[in-house]
Amino acid sequence: MRILLFTLALLFTTTAYSQPATTLKDRITQYTLENGLEIVVIQDHRAPIVTHMLWYKAGAADEPRGKSGIAHFLEHLLFKGTKTREPGEFSRIISINGGSENAFTSWDYTGYYQRVAVNLLPLMMELESDRMQGLILTEEDVLTERDVILEERNSRVENKPSALFGEHMARLRYPNHPYGIPIIGWWHEMEALSQQDALEFYRANYAPNNAILVVAGDVQPDEVLAMAKTHYGGLKRADTPPRVRVTEPPARAPIRTVFTDARVSQPYIIRTYPAKSRVSGQQRAAAALQMFSYIFGGTGITSFMGQEMQLAQKISINQSSRYDARALDNSDFSLYAVPAQGVSLQDLETALDATIAAFLEQGVDDAHLARIKTQIEAEQIYALDNQSGLARQFGASLSSGLSVADVLEWPGLLQSITAEEVMEAARGVLNNKATVTGWLMGEEEEETMSETISKTITGEGDS
Amino acid sequence: MVKLVMLKRILICVWAVFGAGGFGTALAATEIQQVDSPKGIHAWLVQEPSIPFIAFSFHFQGGTLLDADDKSGATNLMTELLDQGAGDLSAEAFSRRAEELAAHFTFRASRGSVTISAQVLKSNMDEALALLKSAIHAPRFDADALARTKQQTISSIESKGKKPRDIANTALVASVFGDHPYARTVEGLVETVGDLTHADLTAAHARVFVRDRVFIGAVGDITATDLGAVLDDLIAGLPLADADLPAKAAYKSKGGVQVIDFDTPQTVLRWSLPTLTRDDPDFFAAFVLNHIIGGSGFQARLYTEIREKRGLTYGINSYLATSRWGDLWGGGMATANDRVAEAVGLIREEVQAIADNGVSEAELSDAKKFLTGAYPLRFDGNKRIVKILSGMQADKLGVDYIATRNPQVEAVSLAQINAVAKRLMDAEGLNFVLVGRPIRGEW
Repeated sequence: MRILLFTLALLFTTTAYSQPATTLKDRITQYTLENGLEIVVIQDHRAPIVTHMLWYKAGAADEPRGKSGIAHFLEHLLFKGTKTREPGEFSRIISINGGSENAFTSWDYTGYYQRVAVNLLPLMMELESDRMQGLILTEEDVLTERDVILEERNSRVENKPSALFGEHMARLRYPNHPYGIPIIGWWHEMEALSQQDALEFYRANYAPNNAILVVAGDVQPDEVLAMAKTHYGGLKRADTPPRVRVTEPPARAPIRTVFTDARVSQPYIIRTYPAKSRVSGQQRAAAALQMFSYIFGGTGITSFMGQEMQLAQKISINQSSRYDARALDNSDFSLYAVPAQGVSLQDLETALDATIAAFLEQGVDDAHLARIKTQIEAEQIYALDNQSGLARQFGASLSSGLSVADVLEWPGLLQSITAEEVMEAARGVLNNKATVTGWLMGEEEEETMSETISKTITGEGDS
Repeated sequence: MVKLVMLKRILICVWAVFGAGGFGTALAATEIQQVDSPKGIHAWLVQEPSIPFIAFSFHFQGGTLLDADDKSGATNLMTELLDQGAGDLSAEAFSRRAEELAAHFTFRASRGSVTISAQVLKSNMDEALALLKSAIHAPRFDADALARTKQQTISSIESKGKKPRDIANTALVASVFGDHPYARTVEGLVETVGDLTHADLTAAHARVFVRDRVFIGAVGDITATDLGAVLDDLIAGLPLADADLPAKAAYKSKGGVQVIDFDTPQTVLRWSLPTLTRDDPDFFAAFVLNHIIGGSGFQARLYTEIREKRGLTYGINSYLATSRWGDLWGGGMATANDRVAEAVGLIREEVQAIADNGVSEAELSDAKKFLTGAYPLRFDGNKRIVKILSGMQADKLGVDYIATRNPQVEAVSLAQINAVAKRLMDAEGLNFVLVGRPIRGEW
C-alpha cells in the first residue's frame, strides 16, 4: 500500500530544483555582504525545512577580565525584547509556527538558531537581524535572568563533581589564558554581572562584521543572498575589538592534582597535553594529531589504549584519547582512563604511561589506520543526513579562525596522513612534559598520589 | 579539556517517551511504503535516494520489564553484549569488521523495548547486514566480554546512585508503579547484575528476539524488493514468542512529597499525576493541555511563571507518558535548596489553577499552531525518520495517523480541554520526589 502525503505540499511552495550532487562541496555557497557579514549556504532539498543560524565571533574567551559568564548571560538576554519587538515576541512567533530555536555559547563563539518551515526564512532573518543591534534590557529582566544562569550553573556544575573537576583541571592547564575560565562563569563573578556589563559586551561584539550567517536547507543560494541583503544589509559595522588573547607562559613542570568529592562513585584519571589547534591554510600538523588521537584512544576497544589497557591488561573499563582540533587559540590533547574494579589510580596511571611508551615503541598498526580512513570517508556521506550538524560545523569553524576551504579540505587531509606523520605527531605531543594530570575520586577511597603538588577539596568558596 | 557548549534551554525527561502522544511525522509529499517480505515480515519504508546510505530501526517490544525480579538487568546486559562477540568474531574482531564497513550499529534496551538502529552504506550493505545478523542471531556472550561489560554496568549503576537526577527519576517511577517490573531501572541492581550468567543472557536473548513482536522501519537508498530480502534474511528466522507480555502497571501513588536526602547545593524535583490512556477519546485534549502547562518551547505556563518571571530554575517541563505498560503525567525542574518550597508551592498553584479555570482560547489556539506546525519538522533526516516509523508501529498507529494526527489536534475544543483539565489536574494528588537537601517548607 502506498500513501502519499499532501499535508505540507499545500503549505510550502517548494520549487522543483534538482538535488545537488552528493558531495558536500557542491552544496556550499559563500558570500560576504558589504557590511562584512559572512554567509554560508548549505543546500539540502530533501524536505521544505530550513536551519537559520547566526554566529558571533565572540565567546567566553573574549570577555573582559572579572566578568566571567557575560557572553553566556548576554546570550540568554537576547531572548528579551528589542526596540520593535516585545519581550518573548520572537519566541512566540517561532512557536506558533511550529519552529524550534535555541542558542549556545562556547569559548570562541556565541550562536543563535531557528529551525522552521522554509517559507519563514525571511521572517527569521528579520527578527534575528533586529536583535543584533536593537536589544532593549530592563533591570528587572536582567536580575531575574541572572538567577536563571546561577541555577544553570547549579545544574551543570555545582551538582556534578565531574564538572567541578573539569573546571579545576582547566584552571591548572590555563592559569593565564581565558580557556581556563568556565564558559558559564565563576559563581562569584556571575552574581555580580549587571545590565551595563551585558550591554557593553553586546555593543562591542554584536555587529555584522563580527558575525557569520549559516543557512542550511531547502534553499537556493542566490535567494538567500537577496534575503540577507534585505534584512542584514542595513546593519552597521562596529569597531569590534581584535581577538588577541593573553598567552600562557612556558610551563616548567608537570602539574598533578587530586580532586575529591563525596558524590563521586567512579574514580578516573584525566591528563591533558598542550596541543596546537588547526591553523587556516596549514592544517596538516593538526590532521596528523587528529589521526593519532583516533588511533591511540579514539575507537574504543580497537584503539591502542583499548587493546592494551582494557583487553590485554584488564586494568581499565573505559579509556579514550581526545583532541580538540578546532579552537581559535591553542588546544589540548587529553587522555581519560577509568580503572577496573580493585585497580588503584596509581596503578592505572602507571599502566597509562606504559601504554604511551609501548605505542611510541611499536608504532602505527597500518590496518587500523586504513580502517579509520574508511570511516572518515563514510562520515562524509553520513554527515549529509544531519542538516543542522553541517550548519554547526561551518559556523563553529568560521568563528574559530578557519575558512570554508579549510573545512572542505579537512577530510581529505586526514585521508592523506601517513603512519610516519602520525608517529611524528605522537612524539611531538607526548614528549611535551607540561601536562596536567588529575585524579577524581570519592572521599572514602582517597589514596595518596605520589609527587602530589596540589590538592583540593571541594567546598564553598573553593571553586 | 572538553569544550563545553552551553545551551540556553534544556528539557528534562524521566521517561523513554515512546507513545507520549503525537508520535509520528508528516512527510512532506514523501511516500511511506508498507512492505511485506516474501516470508511475511512487515516494515515501513521511505525511499530516499539522494544520499547513498540506509538507516534501519528494529523495535523489539518487551524490554527490561521481561526480566525476572532476581535477574533484573539481564535484558540490558544481553543488549550491551550483542556486538561484543558474535558468530565467528570476538568482540574486538566484531568492532574491527564494523570499522572496515563503516557501519554504525546501536543496541539499546529500555523498559518496554530493545531497539536496534543501523546505518549502513549502500556500497556494502550486504556485508554490513550480515554482520548485524550475527549480532542478532548469534551473540556469543563470551566470558571475557561478559565480565568486562558487567563491570562497566555496575560502575554505571553505582554512579547513577550518586547523581541526583538519576536518583530522582528512579524514585519517581518506583513511587508510581510500585513493584511492577515497569518500575525497575533498565540496568538492574548491583546485586542482580553481579550474579548474571551466560545462561541468563541466553534466556533474555530468546525472550526479546522474536519475529512477532518486532516493528521495523527503513529509510534511504533501498527498494521495497531489496528491503524484503533483508527482512527475510535478518528477521524471518527468529522464533515466535512463547510467553505473554506482562500486564499493565497500575498508577499507585496517592500523592505527597518524598524527600531523599543528598548533600548537594541544588535539589532535583520530579512530580507526577495519574493520566488517561493513549486510546482515551480525550487523549489529544490531554496532549494539548500538557503543552500549555509545561510543554516544549518557551510559552508554557510553568516556564513562564517559574523561570521567566522568577528565575527559579534553568529548565522546567512536563510530559505525557502513555504506553501499553503504564501511564503518567510527569514533570521536573531543579532549584537551589533554599528555593524548593517556593517552587513546590508554585507547581501546585499552577496545577490547581488550570484545573479550576481552564485555559484561554488564545492559549489553546497558540498550542494548536505550535503542535501542528512542529509535526512536519520532526522529519529531520533518514536517521530520525526511521525511528519514527518503527515507533509509530509499536504504538499501534497506522500510516494514516500521519494524515489524521493534525486534524485531531485541531479538533480539541475549549470545552473539551477544560473538562480534561478538571478531570486530570489535581494539586492534592501531586506526587513529588525531591532529591537534595531542601530547606523544608509548607508541603
